[in-house]
Amino acid sequence: MISTQRIGRGAYLASCTLIFAFLIAPILVIVPLSFNAEPYFTFTDGMLRLDAEAYSLRWYRQIVENELWTRGLVNSLIIGIASTALATALGTIAALGLSSMPGRRIAMALLISPMVTPVIISAAGMFFFYSTLGLAQTHIGLILSHAALGTPFVVITVTATLSAFDTNLTRAAASLGASPLLTFRRVQLPLIAPGVISGALFAFATSFDEVVVVLFMGGIEQRTIPRQMWAGIREQISPTILAVATFLIAFAVLLLLTVEWLRRSAAPQAD
Amino acid sequence: MNSNTNIKTNTLRPRLRATGLMLPLLAFIAVTFIAPLAMMLVHSVYDPTVANALPETLNLLREWDGKSTPDEAVYATAARELLKARQDRSLGRVATRVNRVHPGLRSVFTRSARNLQNVREGPYREAMIGLNSAWGDVQTWYAIRSAGDRFTARHYLNALDLQPLPDGSIARQPPERRIYLSLLWRTFIVSLSITAICLLLGYPIAHLIAHSPPRIANLLLILVLVPFWTSLLVRTTSWIVLLQTQGVINDLLVTLGLIGDDGRLAMIYNMTGTLVAMTHVLLPFMILPLYSIMRAIPPTQMSAAASLGASSFQAFWRVYWPQTLPGVGAGSLLVFILAIGYYITPALVGGSTGQLISNMIAYHMQTSLNWSLAGALGGILLVCVIALYLLYDRIVGIDRMRLG
Repeated sequence: MISTQRIGRGAYLASCTLIFAFLIAPILVIVPLSFNAEPYFTFTDGMLRLDAEAYSLRWYRQIVENELWTRGLVNSLIIGIASTALATALGTIAALGLSSMPGRRIAMALLISPMVTPVIISAAGMFFFYSTLGLAQTHIGLILSHAALGTPFVVITVTATLSAFDTNLTRAAASLGASPLLTFRRVQLPLIAPGVISGALFAFATSFDEVVVVLFMGGIEQRTIPRQMWAGIREQISPTILAVATFLIAFAVLLLLTVEWLRRSAAPQAD
Repeated sequence: MNSNTNIKTNTLRPRLRATGLMLPLLAFIAVTFIAPLAMMLVHSVYDPTVANALPETLNLLREWDGKSTPDEAVYATAARELLKARQDRSLGRVATRVNRVHPGLRSVFTRSARNLQNVREGPYREAMIGLNSAWGDVQTWYAIRSAGDRFTARHYLNALDLQPLPDGSIARQPPERRIYLSLLWRTFIVSLSITAICLLLGYPIAHLIAHSPPRIANLLLILVLVPFWTSLLVRTTSWIVLLQTQGVINDLLVTLGLIGDDGRLAMIYNMTGTLVAMTHVLLPFMILPLYSIMRAIPPTQMSAAASLGASSFQAFWRVYWPQTLPGVGAGSLLVFILAIGYYITPALVGGSTGQLISNMIAYHMQTSLNWSLAGALGGILLVCVIALYLLYDRIVGIDRMRLG
């Protein structure tokens, strides 16, 4: 009896280890390969022998020297930052109203819909719509589209933080003579800030990784990093992609740690 | 009396304020998101190309009996309007549109319009049939009349492998043109399989994290969240690197002598690639809702069940599993919703056999330029997603959706 239980426990832990490997290994394998001195997508004998000459920074140099990548980064940052600012402002204000809004469920369903709608449908519709307005192949068009795709994340994170917010605090501020705006700025905002920042990071990550809308709507002037990666994977696959991927992995880990840290600072009593 | 009105304003004002706060975002979403979707749906049923280019021809065709070729007046008008369409460069679009109703008519239109320039006088009927015998075919005029409808359900029928016949009835497409129903079915089956695999892989992981000591749980959670935050394109690239014929896994298998160098496995650019990469992308969406439900289940319950004589399987099946059903439902629905609309991963690693309905929409948007059909396929997919979304709201509640 005990031994079958022990076997069961061992099998359970072994399969969990395998599943974790499935989750993480594909991401980890990219990192050493991006330092490959040869233009291959696999480990060379030299790399396995940990031969220093088998490793190089040549693909990283190519990113910096290639104007397509640097311009892509600039475009990604412009579109990402502008759409995040828009999404965060609108999403935070809406979340403040959401808690006491009549018809809250319907409003919420509508506001979350950009997140669950298949992006191919959103992108097709946006292509038709922004072409009619003359905003296809412009930065403005992409900023508006990405802001729409990013707002659900802000609404969700800020609503979650607000559910833990003590409304007596705003009442106390009002009774002490603070205007609603002052109350928001000095009392409410500092307390919900972790939720707002998390939402902003989600929105930025969404824009920074978005490729389908850019594919449909962006012109050559709006090529972003993901758009450039897409072209790289489909057309001229080169190890430069692995170097960009490593950079993006580092960026993702940074975002993740920030969001986790914010979550903990927002809810010290939980967990 | 006075206090009564006070109460009223007290409940009304916060509601007005709340609505006022919501309005900017609601308006923004309505314009930047709902309006585009509506426009796509309009494209799927409304196409004025032919109606605008050949208005008088269509007017005359309304009185046509449809049994034999139309009379000279129709031919003369059609000739005039075709020439005009050629001049203002709308002929190409008109020809493409008619060609979709009746394949083969594109070249009839463009060539005839070019040659019509040399026809100075009637009778146009003989002249046009002389240019191309298709003008003497009743089917051609049926096609023009049908393509001339501004509003049409044809694209939805087409998306369901059906076609309208000239007599108004609806028939199935000929076997070689039936592609969409089987593609929809494949998308459904693939999404269901991915959901099942994610549940199978995600359940033990969520269980392990939920019942580990906090420090280990946090560490394990990070292992789930790293792929969740990592760029989709990066993860897809990783799978290409791992699975391609000259890739890491094949190299490893050859080195270990498990397969020969000429027997390398085709694990990518086919359905296997789609399944593996999509499972990897969607697995965190299964683990996170399961984890948040499991965390609330006290582990003492299992010891209580065991002390009452339950085997570990009985304790799991009768005590633990029923309590995790809300998480199973939430995770499965979320994964399924995301899977049926998936585009990027199948497009990059699916090859020709691993394509899903979204890839067909992209094909009609970008390659065949049949935007109406893309709109109709998108409309059908959208209806499926909305139905699932409402189901999710009913079972889980949209306002309980959490991230990470």
